[in-house]
Amino acid sequence: MHRDHEVHLRRKGRNFGVLGVLLAFIVIVFGVTVAKIQTGGFSEGFDHVARPALVPSGAEEANE
Amino acid sequence: MTDASLHIARPEGATDEASLRDYWQLLKPRLMSLSIFTALVGLLVAPGPQHPILAATSILWIAIGAGASGALNMWFDADIDRVMKRTRKRPIPSGRVAPGDALALGLFLAGLSVVMLGLTANWVAAFWLAFTIFFYAVIYSMWLKRTTSWNTVVGGLAGAFPPMIGWAAATGSTPLEAWLLVAIIFMWTPPHFWALALFVKLDYHDARIPMLTVTHGRAETRKQALIYAVGLAIVSIYAATTALGGPLTLAVVMVLNGVFVKGAYDMWRRTDADSDNHAVEKGLFKWSLLYLFAHFSVFVIEAALPFGGW
Repeated sequence: MHRDHEVHLRRKGRNFGVLGVLLAFIVIVFGVTVAKIQTGGFSEGFDHVARPALVPSGAEEANE
Repeated sequence: MTDASLHIARPEGATDEASLRDYWQLLKPRLMSLSIFTALVGLLVAPGPQHPILAATSILWIAIGAGASGALNMWFDADIDRVMKRTRKRPIPSGRVAPGDALALGLFLAGLSVVMLGLTANWVAAFWLAFTIFFYAVIYSMWLKRTTSWNTVVGGLAGAFPPMIGWAAATGSTPLEAWLLVAIIFMWTPPHFWALALFVKLDYHDARIPMLTVTHGRAETRKQALIYAVGLAIVSIYAATTALGGPLTLAVVMVLNGVFVKGAYDMWRRTDADSDNHAVEKGLFKWSLLYLFAHFSVFVIEAALPFGGW
């Protein structure tokens, strides 16, 4: 009958542990992304979003 | 995988295959739990609304940062840990984890926690987390721990930062109230640790670590513990009169500090000749644990009460 060596069992435990940590990391990053979008904190920095700070004022346009 | 992999030469110092539990032990989970508790209090008592997911993940990154400090500390202190009975079975001295692996884990988690806290909360909090890791791993572990008897005081400062990081994660700033939380833990650590050092036979002497009980004697340690206990009472009562506290907090901290200073005074008045098996020192140590938990909890309760605060 095949029996796993104790070292292999430890490695298996470690590998599943790393898998769990990576999955948890994905869930956390996804959750933070959703929360950030809900609170709107990061939105202005990206493309395709109106950035009022970069729109020239009417007075500046008149001077040019 | 074949059994041939069992016969591959292991890194120097590693005699047994590490399990996940060994890597977990490298992060000093007890120290991490204290950081989680105090950082959570800092985050909860800070003004302003917080998104629950961002708050929870911020605490997670602070905890991982604390774990990274623990791993770096264990990597550097492996030679000391090998000498002392209390630490001989830790993952590195026992040979289950190679020193290089512990260093890599510590550096990786330090970088990960700082960057992720910056992205999740803000870069003020990330800066203070990075500073805390650097302070604990380099200033304390690599330098002052082995050179000065004030290592307990200095090490206490590293353990005092988490509530301020929690506050910074919530608000992006570090006002006086956040620093008062730091000051409370900073003043609390020496009498807490010295009470323990007076009743437990710690073998720091064998490891050539200059602890105050060894370099300046036990009588001086008792005196210093009383001085810090009085200082703690002043800081604590002052904190209760600021925006952190309120009538409830003031009442609770008066009792907590009264008992703490009385215990430190009794510990100062006695000598090792008193044959009660160090009952006073043990009593002060136990009270110090309750003290910190109750003190920080009452800040949160005061902040949550609709009629709380001044």
